[in-house]
Amino acid sequence: MKIRVLVSLKPGVLDPQGRAVHHALEGLGFKGVDDVRIGRTVELDVADDTSDAALNEMCEKLLANTVIENYKIEKLG
Amino acid sequence: MAFRSAVITFPGSNCDRDMAVALEQVSGTAPVRVWHGDAELPEGLDFIALPGGFSYGDYLRSGAMAANSPIMREVIRAADRGVPVLGVCNGFQVLTEARLLPGALMRNASQHFICRNVGLKVENADSLFTKGYSAGQEISIPVAHHDGNFFADEETLDRIEGEGRVAFRYIENCNGSRRDIAGVLNKAGNVLGMMPHPERAVDAAHGGTDGLALFEGAMKALASA
Repeated sequence: MKIRVLVSLKPGVLDPQGRAVHHALEGLGFKGVDDVRIGRTVELDVADDTSDAALNEMCEKLLANTVIENYKIEKLG
Repeated sequence: MAFRSAVITFPGSNCDRDMAVALEQVSGTAPVRVWHGDAELPEGLDFIALPGGFSYGDYLRSGAMAANSPIMREVIRAADRGVPVLGVCNGFQVLTEARLLPGALMRNASQHFICRNVGLKVENADSLFTKGYSAGQEISIPVAHHDGNFFADEETLDRIEGEGRVAFRYIENCNGSRRDIAGVLNKAGNVLGMMPHPERAVDAAHGGTDGLALFEGAMKALASA
């Protein structure tokens, strides 16, 4: 089973990297970009019987730092 | 009795030797060097140090991989028993990732790696690690980091401030840290994480000796305990 975990910074947490990329987009002349936030994608290939609880635990224990990050688990089948 | 300390080395640690030299200089006894994959810590440790560097190449997040290495389970157990644990720079990042300390260390607000001496204010001079200083004392200690921007939510910040757990603050905030926080204690006071490097300020040839009081104060307090 293919799983995609999207890890993103929580709202309100400053993202210096996103800010720098935002400035760079403006520098390239792109208009109307209000905000840029950068996250991380983790792709997993797991056994088909892997439980949702186990996937959540992987995110909580290692893939995301829940002090600063949110995560979303997508099952790609 | 000889002061028994340990310095943990992870793959990518690069301040482990500096830390060991500082501990030996101050205590007269060379620390035990412990490798990340070791399953056990030596018996009867008085002090554990997690050094700076780039453990596991900062994969995933700074400190995240090291926090889950075999030896960290032992370090967490020792910290829970009250053994003093000092984490400097990457060591601080490892301690937050291991949840021994609150908050997280994010990319510096400037996006730049900072490597220079910074002014620190000693906020709490009652802890084991800060007894060698006086409250409000201003000291100069080098920083060298890319991810030193201390973040915690407002509720956590209020709580750690209320409990006197801010050990050091930047006099001039160099990295965007919330409330200028440079060093944080755990609730019991036996774990300290700090971004500045006291072990790089223990000899006149380093350009300053303001880090000495941290090690000397802790050793004195432990000897009289």
